[in-house]
Amino acid sequence: MTAPVLVLVDHTVDGAVRAPVRELLTLARELSGGAGVHAAWAVDGAEPSPEVVAELAALGATHVHRVVVDADPHLSAVLAEALASLLDATGAGLLLVVSSFENKEAAARLAISTGAGVVTDADGLALVDGRYVASKTVFAGTWNTTCAVTTPLAIVALKSNSVVPSTVEGAPAPQIGEHTVAVSERARRVTLVERVERPASGRPDLGSASIVVVGGRGTEGDFSVVEELADVVGGAVGATRVATDEGWIGHDAQIGQTGVTIAPRLYVGVGVSGAVHHRGGMQASGTIVAINSDPDAPIFEIADFGVVGDLFTVVPQAAAEIRRLKG
Amino acid sequence: MSPPLDRVLAESGSGGNVPRVRIVVCVKHVPDIQSERALGPDGRVVRDGGDGTLNELDENALEAALAIVEAGEGSVVALTVGPDDAVDAVRRGLQMGAEDAVHVVDDAVAGSDVVGTARVLAAAIRHLDAQEHVDLVVLGMAGLDGLTSLLPTALAELLDLPALPLAAELTVDGSTVRVRRNLDHASEVLEASLPALVSVTDQANEPRYPNFKGIMAARKKPVTTLTLADLEVDASHVGLLGARTQVLEAAARPPRDNRVLVQDTGDAGVRLAAYLVDNQLV
Ligand SMILES: Cc1cc2nc3c(=O)[nH]c(=O)nc-3n(C[C@H](O)[C@H](O)[C@H](O)COP(=O)(O)OP(=O)(O)OC[C@H]3O[C@@H](n4cnc5c(N)ncnc54)[C@H](O)[C@@H]3O)c2cc1C
Ligand SMILES: Nc1ncnc2c1ncn2[C@@H]1O[C@H](COP(=O)(O)O)[C@@H](O)[C@H]1O
Repeated sequence: MTAPVLVLVDHTVDGAVRAPVRELLTLARELSGGAGVHAAWAVDGAEPSPEVVAELAALGATHVHRVVVDADPHLSAVLAEALASLLDATGAGLLLVVSSFENKEAAARLAISTGAGVVTDADGLALVDGRYVASKTVFAGTWNTTCAVTTPLAIVALKSNSVVPSTVEGAPAPQIGEHTVAVSERARRVTLVERVERPASGRPDLGSASIVVVGGRGTEGDFSVVEELADVVGGAVGATRVATDEGWIGHDAQIGQTGVTIAPRLYVGVGVSGAVHHRGGMQASGTIVAINSDPDAPIFEIADFGVVGDLFTVVPQAAAEIRRLKG
Repeated sequence: MSPPLDRVLAESGSGGNVPRVRIVVCVKHVPDIQSERALGPDGRVVRDGGDGTLNELDENALEAALAIVEAGEGSVVALTVGPDDAVDAVRRGLQMGAEDAVHVVDDAVAGSDVVGTARVLAAAIRHLDAQEHVDLVVLGMAGLDGLTSLLPTALAELLDLPALPLAAELTVDGSTVRVRRNLDHASEVLEASLPALVSVTDQANEPRYPNFKGIMAARKKPVTTLTLADLEVDASHVGLLGARTQVLEAAARPPRDNRVLVQDTGDAGVRLAAYLVDNQLV
């Protein structure tokens, strides 16, 4: 039993596909069993360029839908109605979205309006005996679980760095269609007074980076050591809530239960104690490295490689040595 | 909850017109995140360890509601759905300053997923609204147990209310509610007319600590207990019967092996670099 899969394509204001979408499409290709992979592009000013369409096709999209809505698709009620309409039109049995707060808001609405079962923050998904079975970690990454969706329609929000993206050679050109949606009055009751996109930092995107270097209170506000290491290894820069509350870096850099959840291949904590709220957002990382002057810091309980030492000497030394080794 | 607003305008201390608002705050009793949390053989969160506490983010929700009411006039109702222990969550709400507390408890609720819980909360809020108009529903941005963040918009959908989730800043001005929120790639300002639903982040405020007076006053405040029958909720739509996902396996993650802890004696940075390069991590 296979059904078409619908994938919501998160994209930038400039019309670039966000990295985690590559994972969704790779997974959708496997799960659709040839029944079709439908990529939904909500037109919000940015259009899918021919290059983008080719990229989506190479990742497995058989259909690309330009979803044109008569309201702002950044509003979750509007996005939910647009996706509901597209689910209907495509007959999809699965909707895959990147696990972001915005997408989860729409998913919750769709659960009510379509009767779908929803799994958020999944790190894997398989079709077992005709049911979608998702895996996810819970309790700050201390438990592994699998759960099956028991309804005909499943919505799964996938965490970044869960699937290795791959492309197919010689994929046929996808069918491109326009799907227009007139949203209800009730979806218009919230006004988006302002939406300010954050400018790109020049570093990888925090949520999907494969390496993240995180600075905590131990940096005393001097993030230059954190940034230097991040740049040497091509990583993103994150922070603890203490660091963002102090204004040392923007709130969007906060890693943790109330910030961004990450599972990079490599996490490096610099002057981070490893409080449970923070761990909730990073404990599922591949390899965890920590530099902290306190041998009793809780982060060492979960670190694969821990250094008890002063970050201001250890981190620059490590950065210089990596630079030397990598020539 | 969508009837036209019929709200009493009261004179505020500063002389402006400040409406009287009735706010329902949804609060959840969760296992303390500092404790050893576990899933039982049935795949459900173990909630009887005695380590339960009010979900921290719901303290932010209570604080937000109390601040709005204190800036003008009105009242706050703390509402929870959960087993017997969950009453502690609304008690804490009373201690912080809520006027009323409602606890929905029913065996049939056990095992509810987000949609089931949302259905019960929606029915309870409608019940409260029928008694006295509810202007605003406030929730935390996430339950620190399941961390799904699905409940707020699911509830808004059921109650047919405009939703303004993830408020890092929240203001109510007359009958307009305005929220500033920070997303992964953007920050937004959302606005809607009351009645509405908001969820708040830990950035929204610094929750108060109940003082002695608050704790004493809370002892005299009653907690209303309601069952599904009181709310006319069909038991087959909630609990395990209504759940749309089924936990198949749950296991504590094994501790990481091959852990290395190095005390810096001058060359730890070099050793760290070697570890990263040798293991092809960078
Ligand atoms: C509801 C709620 C939600 C929260 N959500 C989050 C969240 O999402 N993310 C988050 O991060 N936090 C969150 N917090 C806060 C969290 O509880 C911790 O307070 C925070 O994570 C600690 O940040 P820190 O590690 O930078 O600071 P500290 O805990 O103060 O740790 C600093 C560490 O730096 C070390 N250090 C100091 N100087 C040096 C040096 N020269 N060299 C090496 N090491 C040094 C110290 O030994 C210490 O271990 C939340 C809290 C609450 C109540
Ligand atoms: N059983 C419950 N009773 C009352 N409120 C709840 C319950 N479950 C969730 N909530 C509310 O919904 C918010 C988000 O929870 P969740 O979507 O489960 O992460 C919480 O912060 C609470 O405000």
